[in-house]
This record gives sequence, C-alpha cells and structure tokens, in this order.
Amino acid sequence: MKTEPSPYTKDKLENLVQSCLAEAKQQGATSAEASINVEHGLSVTARLGEAETLERHNDRGLGITIYMGQKKGNASTTSFEPDAIKDAVTAACNIAKFTQEDDCAGLAEAELMATDMQDLELDHPWGVSPEEALEIAISCENAARQDDKISNSEGASLTSSRGTTIYANSHDFVGSYSSTRHNLSCVVIAEQDGNMQRDYWFATARDPNNLDSAESIGKKAAKRTVSRLGSRKISTQTTPVVFEANMARSLFSHFISAVSGGSLYRKASFLIDHLDKKVFSDSITITEDPLIKGGFGSSTFDLEGVATKARTLVDKGVLKGYVLSSYSARKLAMQTTGNAGGVHNLEIQAGSNDLDQLLKTMQKGLLVTELIGHGVNTVTGDYSRGAVGYWVEDGEIQYPVDEITIAGNLKDMYQKIVEIGNDVDRRSNIITPSLLIDNMTIAGS
Amino acid sequence: MQNPLELAKSSILDPSGLDESHLSQAFSALLNTSADSGDIYFQMRKHEAWSLEDGIVKDASYNISQGVGIRAIKGDKSGFAYSDEILLPALLESCKAARAIARGNQNGQVQAWKTNTGNQLYMPDNPLDSLTESDKVDLLRSLDVLARKQDNRVKQVMASIAGTHEIILVANSDGSMAADVRPLVRLNVSVIVEDKGRLEQGSSGGGGRVGYDMFTQDNHAHSFVHEAVRMALLNLDAVDAPAGEMDVVLGPGWPGVLLHEAIGHGLEGDFTRKGTSAFSGRVGERVASKGVTVVDDGTLENRRGSLNIDDEGTTTKCTTLIEDGILKGFMQDKLNAKLSNAEPTGNGRRESYAHLPMPRMTNTYMLAGEHDPGEIISSVDSGFYAVNFGGGQVDITSGKFVFSASEAYLIEKGKVTKPVKGATLIGDGPDVLTRVSMIGNDLKLDQGVGTCGKEGQSVPVGVGQPTLRIDGITVGGTSQ
Repeated sequence: MKTEPSPYTKDKLENLVQSCLAEAKQQGATSAEASINVEHGLSVTARLGEAETLERHNDRGLGITIYMGQKKGNASTTSFEPDAIKDAVTAACNIAKFTQEDDCAGLAEAELMATDMQDLELDHPWGVSPEEALEIAISCENAARQDDKISNSEGASLTSSRGTTIYANSHDFVGSYSSTRHNLSCVVIAEQDGNMQRDYWFATARDPNNLDSAESIGKKAAKRTVSRLGSRKISTQTTPVVFEANMARSLFSHFISAVSGGSLYRKASFLIDHLDKKVFSDSITITEDPLIKGGFGSSTFDLEGVATKARTLVDKGVLKGYVLSSYSARKLAMQTTGNAGGVHNLEIQAGSNDLDQLLKTMQKGLLVTELIGHGVNTVTGDYSRGAVGYWVEDGEIQYPVDEITIAGNLKDMYQKIVEIGNDVDRRSNIITPSLLIDNMTIAGS
Repeated sequence: MQNPLELAKSSILDPSGLDESHLSQAFSALLNTSADSGDIYFQMRKHEAWSLEDGIVKDASYNISQGVGIRAIKGDKSGFAYSDEILLPALLESCKAARAIARGNQNGQVQAWKTNTGNQLYMPDNPLDSLTESDKVDLLRSLDVLARKQDNRVKQVMASIAGTHEIILVANSDGSMAADVRPLVRLNVSVIVEDKGRLEQGSSGGGGRVGYDMFTQDNHAHSFVHEAVRMALLNLDAVDAPAGEMDVVLGPGWPGVLLHEAIGHGLEGDFTRKGTSAFSGRVGERVASKGVTVVDDGTLENRRGSLNIDDEGTTTKCTTLIEDGILKGFMQDKLNAKLSNAEPTGNGRRESYAHLPMPRMTNTYMLAGEHDPGEIISSVDSGFYAVNFGGGQVDITSGKFVFSASEAYLIEKGKVTKPVKGATLIGDGPDVLTRVSMIGNDLKLDQGVGTCGKEGQSVPVGVGQPTLRIDGITVGGTSQ
C-alpha cells in the first residue's frame, strides 16, 4: 500500500488562495495576503516488539490577513468550502473595523518579493506502508532492547509526512513548495537498584534515504540510557560546562529570540542596541543560508513572500544583523531581513576538535546531555535550567549526574564560549556542534 | 439551558446530513475487523484572540476549525485517523484507515444509543459573544492606560484576551454517546519596566470556563495589571538567587505547579500501566508526609481545568491521588483503565479531533492543612520563599522535575527579606512530598491560565495548594 497522494493539486490550492484574495478585494480590503498549508502523513509506534499506535494524519488550513488602510484583521479556517472561505474573509474584515490604525502595518514592500523560485529539493515522498513503517519501528526498538540492561521501553516511532505550502498576496506574488519530513526515534528505559533512567535518540531527514538505520538509532538510544544508570547529584559549585551539540542548539535559539525584531521593538530583549557589538566570544561565527538543498530551514521566500538571502549573522563574535520581518523592521526603522516566520538554516561554524577533545580541554566539569524546564528570561538573559549529564575529571567521563541546575546569564555565557567542537548536528534548521562554556553555577547538594 | 447533546447534534451533525444511523454505519465499518472497541469524536471550535501593544489594539484573529477523529482499539493497540470534512464518505474512509490496527473479521454493531449527560459545571454560551468587538478593544486599551498610569517606569504593555467556544460529541462502540459545550476565556497582561538602563518584566492573567464579563465585572482585569506592574517593579530590585539545597516555602495557588510536575504526571494511567513512571506499582505506599492529601478534580465550577465529561464521554470526578501521605490511585482514560483493571476516572483528554486521547490532569491541588502562613515563614531560619512560578517539566521515569520561580524572596531569621531573581527549583518527585513539613490553612487555586503539554498535545489545566514548607530542595540560582 502506498501513502495516498494529496487530494489537492498545486493548481487547485493556488486557485483557492487567489479566490480568497479576490474575495478580500471584493469586501473592500486595500491589500491582503493568504496562505494554505496541507499536510498528510503516517505515524506508527511500536512498543515491546509490537504495534502500539498507527495514525493517519491529514491536516489543512487556510489563513487570511487583510488590511483596511493601516488596520489589520486575521482569520483562519480548516474548511476549504467556498462558503467557509468567504466567512473567513468576512471575519477578518470585521476585525479590521475594530483594530486600530498602525503606521507600520501592511504587506512587505513589493520590490522585495522573491522572483527566483529555484527547487531546493525539499520534497522526497517515501510512500512507506503502515506495515513497512511498523517493521522499521520494531527493528529500531529491538536493537535497543538487545542490550540486557534495557528493562522497559516507551517505544520507537516512525513518522513520515508531506506538506504543501502556498502563499500569495495582493502584490501578485504567489509562491509554493512541497516538502517532506521523516523521523525515526526510540525511547528506552534501564533500571538499577530500583531507580529507572530513560534516554532517547532520533534521526530526521527530508529524504528517507538519508535517515540513519533503525538499528543504529536503537543502539544509540540504549547506550545513552544505560550510561545514565547510577546518576547522582553533585555539590553546588562553579565549573566549566560542555553542551552536547543537541543541547548547544537551545543556546542559539535563545540568541535568535533575543535578536528577533519582535523582542527588540518591545524592549523585551537582553540584546537591544547590540548591532556591530561583540555578543559572543571570538570563536563564534554564525551564518544563515536559506538556499541549502534539502535543508530543514530552506526556502526561497519567507512568510511574506520576501526573497531570502544568505548572510553572516555573527562574525567572530560581532552581531552583524537582526532577525526581522517587514513589520518589526518598520518598527525599528530598518529593512526586513526576510525572516518573517523565523531563521533559515543557521549554521554555527565548527571548530577542529571532537567532543572527546573538548572534554580533554575542559579537564574537570560537567557535560550536559539534556535540559529541562523553561528557566530562561529573554528580557534579562537570566538562565537557570534543570540539567542531566556526566561529571568529567581528567578529561574523561566519570559518572552520570542528575537533579542539578545550571545557571548564569546568557550575555556572559555567550562571551565565555571558549571552544567549539566539530561534531556538527544537522537535525534542525539550527546546525551546531557542541561547545564549552568557561564557567557556570551548578546547584546541587 | 440547551441540552449539550442536542446543541452538538444541531451544530455538527445536522449541517453535514449525519444522524445516529450513520454513526452506527461508521461503527460497523470501524469494527469490521477484530477490533475490541472504538470511538468517534466530533469537534467544532471557534477561537478568537485580540492583542494590544504600543498602546493600540493592532491585531486580532478569528479561527474556526472542525473535524472528526476515529479510533479503533485492539488490546493495547490503537488505530487512528481523522478528517476535517464531516461528511459520510470521509467518515467511512477514516474508519477504514483506523481499523488497520486490527486484523481478522467480526461483526460490530451498535444497536441502541444511551446518552450520558455528565456534569453541569459551566454555561454553554459562546463567550465570543459576551462582549461586543468595540468593548473588547476598549477593555484592552483601559488596561494599557492603567498600567502606564501606575508607574512611569512602565515602557511597554502587552495585553491580550482570547476566547474559545468548543462543541464536542463523542460516540463509543459500547453505545454510549455524550456531548459537551465548553466555553473558555483568558486574559493576559505583560509589562516591561526600565529603570537606570535595567529592563525587567512582569506578567499576570486569569481565565476560566465563563464569558468575558469575568474580566469586566468589578474591574477584575485591573487586578492583573496591578499584579504585572508590581512584579516587574519588584524584579528591578531583585538580587541574584541563591544556589544549593535549602528550606523552601512555597506560596499558595499557582505554586501548585509543583504537584502537577512532581507527582501529577507520574500518576497518569498510561505511564503507570507501562511501568515507565517512578510511581508505577506503588499504590498503598507512603509517598508524602502525613497530612498531605492531593486530588485531581475535574468538577469545579467554571474552572479552566474542569470538564462536564472528558473527551471519551466519561463524567469527570474528583479523584484522590494521595491521602494523608499514602498513594491512593492513578488518573485513567478508558483504554488504560481497562488494561489496568481500574475504572476510568474522567481523565481521558485530547487536544483536538486530530489527536489521540490519553490520561491527563484536570485541576490538581493539595488540600489545606492547619498552619497559619505567617507561622510557616517564621519557622524558617534561612531559606527561599517562592510565590509565583512560570512553567515546569518532569522526567516521569527518573522522577526528576523542575519548576521555575518568577517571584521569590530570601527568608532570613524567619522574616521575608530581599527579592531575588527567578530561579529553577529541581527535585525528585517520589521524594519531594515526604519533605513537606508544614501545610498552610490557606488553600488557593490558580487564576486560570495553566496549559499542560504532553506528547505534543496541549490542554488547559488548573493547579492549587496552600502555603507549604519543604525541607531541603535544590534552588538553581547563581549566588553561593
């Protein structure tokens, strides 16, 4: 059995957005933009060697934003029936009767619209059947359960989905692309002396051929879980910390939210007025490349139709640009950076040493492999999160650690990144290796 | 008051030309394999949000979504499919996709429908209509004016109101059918203050299963503005939070997020059944100090976490989780109850028709004790007093949990002294409640803004507790 094709052709979806814009004009909107997302897919979970869930996904949505002069209204619907679309437009227009004049409201400038719609190779349908998907998930979990110390499991899941996005606005811009994403993950549990530990591993790819093997994911999940057995608390102290690549990613997410236009114009950021200033240590250079073939953040246009471009966001620690939409750009008297909807393939330039060598450089300190909680304040940069990881001495892992927090202020933490690894993790639109931060406060016993 | 089932039928089934005979037909298709049972969940949801910043109401949105989710169950296996078209062909197609989890052949038939009326905890009225559009705008503008008038260090005010009107109808292959009409509103205020170059924020909000008049009556919304400004100004003076294990006093109300994270998730029937929770198999054991009683109560009138029926059609109830320190029971949906030889507790919830139900909390809180809150604070020689929190998270397997204080103070020689910056508190779920040494007589529930996330699904919840003293929990500040 093949995954069924989407019932919507690109032409049909384009007609729908166009009819939505026409309706908006008809109802008196001075300008409008509309987008459609449709997604369908399959998700299976296997647990303890058997199927646990089999889900078929089938989502769709249409959103419309209309402007009446400088007043704005939004509406969305999951129904594509002509009446439902008309109702959504009416609702958006009705809202715009009551919202207030906003000088900065409006579409992105017409001359910024993308014109070069190159194929970024994002669409790789798999056509995996539920039976095949289950087989893969079962073999993934089996590989993990082969380890004697694995006592239980939350299962292995395979998800495969394909979506199409269409965006159009009254500058006569229409853009669309289809993309796929396939994920395989495994979560298992080990037990020792009545205490359980859990860890996981996952792979994600646009093209199923690039997905790591089920066996390697299962094995890695098992290895990570077993190595957490016997976790203990450590004493309260100040010590260097290595963030494993997958955790280092979160530090750059916090940075992105602090240099995003919305946080800046609201004064809700610890990086206000830091353009051309040093926000990271010399070791950090960050580039953004929206046109990477098959990238998770790849797109030729942003959510407003603006052409995306490659750039250097941070050069040897110096902030070279913000992350702006046309609205936040107007609020800051700047120009949009084509980031309505977020960043596109942010890459932190790798160093030359692997994770083991980073631990050697650290000599003594904490390796963080998981973070929990939301203790990050983007207004002040204050940072305090629960952490799980390993205690390192003489450059070697000694034992697993949990029930501790790591704390500091992001502004200082960014300046104290003393080394960057070469173990680049590409499983997201933020592509980063692991890194070593000179000192943080650990709270424990 | 209109009967929820009639309202659900007339708003969801009638416009699509569906009736009970079509549901029977769908169940025949769904149970055409060796599936044990199944359910069909219809949902129609209208949602709006209005937001203010920079002194103007610049944006608002209106969303309408509807669909049907179909589940087939065989043992511990679930097959699931959904459609946003509520039409017979789409319904039957989804039944075919969902039943793929079970093999073989049998005849499943629903003969007669019996309806479950559930609780009557809130009015079915559409909250979106409870204020006119221009009153919604005026309400938000008045909050901005009030916040700025309160202190000239207020540099930014963000305020929003959101309302949802949701109608659900769930039919089960056992012949039961139930519906619920669920209003939900929420108001949030967040301010940024600036003093001598230092920026800080404060926020507050509230809500419930009522209309917007909750905010306009007696100018109730003003209290959220006062609270947000007070917190932001307080943060301007906050010093670094301490780091290390210390005695902690938690204020009443929202700090109950401790219970939600430390024990609540670990007592959800899916985790306990699978043996992945640190609390699995521990019913009857002591997991908290004497005097600690914790319940999950879906039956509180008008509360954000309350439901007349859960998303499987089970009438919600008040479930005792811990009684006088002893673990009493878990929270169950139908599937996990059956597999655990337990009764469903009305905790089967789902984010929408596009999500599978699972055991989730409703309003989780600890009952009051005997101590005066002042007495609890003065009992601590040196410690940490936390009265407001952001979110939390738990690893249900290891039991380790965190929750982040957003308003906290030092306790020195039995007195509350300096405000300190926010910090994350970390502890061990099965252990932390055994460290409760004093329970206040001031039980309070939160203001109605909680949202819980589990396996990618968000649902509204409530928490509450009296003032508590906990002997020795790790506070994750920076000052040693």
